[in-house]
Amino acid sequence: MSEWWTYSLSDFLMFSSRSYYRLIESYNAAIWPAHLLALVAGLVVIVAIGRPRQHLQRSAALVLAAAWGWVAWAYHLERYAEINTAAPYFAAAFAVQALLLCWLAYRPGNAVPAPQRVAFGMTGLAIFAYPLLALARDGGTWRQAEVFGIVPDPTVIATLGMLLAWRAPVIFWLIPVLWCLVSGATLMELKIGHAWVLPALALTAVVARAINKKNPRDFNSTANPRS
Amino acid sequence: MPPTSPSRRHLLASMIAASGGLALSPLLAAASPVPLVTRPIPSSGEQLPLVGLGSWITFNVGRDPLGRRESVDVMRQFFTGGGRLIDSSPMYGSAQDVIGEAVQTLKPARLFAADKVWVSGGARGVAQVEASRKLWRVPRFDLLQVHNLLSWEEHLPLLLAMKREGRLRYVGITTSEGRRHAEIEKIMASQPIDFVQISYNALDRDVEQRILPLARERKIGVIVNRPFRQGDLTQALAGKPLPGWAAEIGCTTWAQALLKFIVSHPAVTCAIPATSSVAHVRENLLAGTGRMPDEALRKRIAQDVERLA
Repeated sequence: MSEWWTYSLSDFLMFSSRSYYRLIESYNAAIWPAHLLALVAGLVVIVAIGRPRQHLQRSAALVLAAAWGWVAWAYHLERYAEINTAAPYFAAAFAVQALLLCWLAYRPGNAVPAPQRVAFGMTGLAIFAYPLLALARDGGTWRQAEVFGIVPDPTVIATLGMLLAWRAPVIFWLIPVLWCLVSGATLMELKIGHAWVLPALALTAVVARAINKKNPRDFNSTANPRS
Repeated sequence: MPPTSPSRRHLLASMIAASGGLALSPLLAAASPVPLVTRPIPSSGEQLPLVGLGSWITFNVGRDPLGRRESVDVMRQFFTGGGRLIDSSPMYGSAQDVIGEAVQTLKPARLFAADKVWVSGGARGVAQVEASRKLWRVPRFDLLQVHNLLSWEEHLPLLLAMKREGRLRYVGITTSEGRRHAEIEKIMASQPIDFVQISYNALDRDVEQRILPLARERKIGVIVNRPFRQGDLTQALAGKPLPGWAAEIGCTTWAQALLKFIVSHPAVTCAIPATSSVAHVRENLLAGTGRMPDEALRKRIAQDVERLA
């Protein structure tokens, strides 16, 4: 297997930006109006960040778990795999993250997170602003909008916002941060103008998490004074 | 795909054209006016047009009906213009299946089907070749190459055995972007391969030193991939006026000049630019026609491209 070191990222980029966004366009058309349901689900996550109640945390974690599970199956396995042979591996990683989020819903912990501007900003950006990037791109249309809960990138950003607000342990961060690097690199290879957005947001979340680390959250306790 | 006379189609096209252009079918009307220049495959003498068609990125369109339709149109134009060799790989996502759809639709009489083995371990190579063949919808491949030398020690004996048994016509190896040239040379010198596929263009000319001379010496055909550096080269030259020499060799675009530079090297059998544009196929095929630059002009082309790109 010594041959593998000779490959670069550009060797694995097997599709054009045109094919990539047409895939998103046809996927959006196939599942519309599921986007409206995804928007409502996104609002649950935002509310949970703003109002730190345990039942809201559980609901938001379950919403995110469902979103990761859906993206794993409907996007990665059913669509993206048509043009990217690595997509089944991405689907597996997203399924693992969905399980982790289910665990987070089952054991939400007792710390009460203060609403954080960065967390709010990231989740709000993912749900309301990220779809608009389609219009900012040359030749992009609203039919190619990337919507939270439907495609990976905004789903991952919203999840990072929630993990940040709840000071979730590192294990919950690994797959989202890795995805930001993979997707950011892919978009850079495709020469997409906003390729930097995803890695920059991941970096912002990681830095904010490091700053907040002084007040770690106890995920092993089930007591919750405000539930 | 048994070879047929390369000139018959063009003769027919010319006769119909001479008898009244308006009566031409869309296919024939779109045919290149001058026959494509061909060069013999060194190991057999079979003639191949200097311009083929790659499929990396461009034909990986998934199930998108529009993308598939456009890809079939590209291949229709390619065959109509006299092209023969199409190259793909299991690494190229849905490209093989898209080519297969075009093969089924267009039923090209003179297709030269070139594909690759790209899997770790020799045992899995057999299954991959068969899966690829089914996707292409061809009875057999003309050429199979070990992609990027992956597990070449195991795959090469398999492909050579297939050739001996008449299930394959030619065997080759590939690399791209200048990787593992020392190993490529070693295989060229020691194995009975028919083709080597490498990256070569007016800026990336390392292969001129050893690989291209070795190919001539060992009677190995050369297929050139990434002739435009994945579009970067044509983009860098866009808007720059073509030097005076372009008219001398019948080039009206930089893409044609870049292709003529490549295919005019005597060791090169065929270049395989990939495109999703019918207009670009037409333009690329024209680079395989007419006068080719001589050695002195090739040097000037390389110098000008280096200066302008």
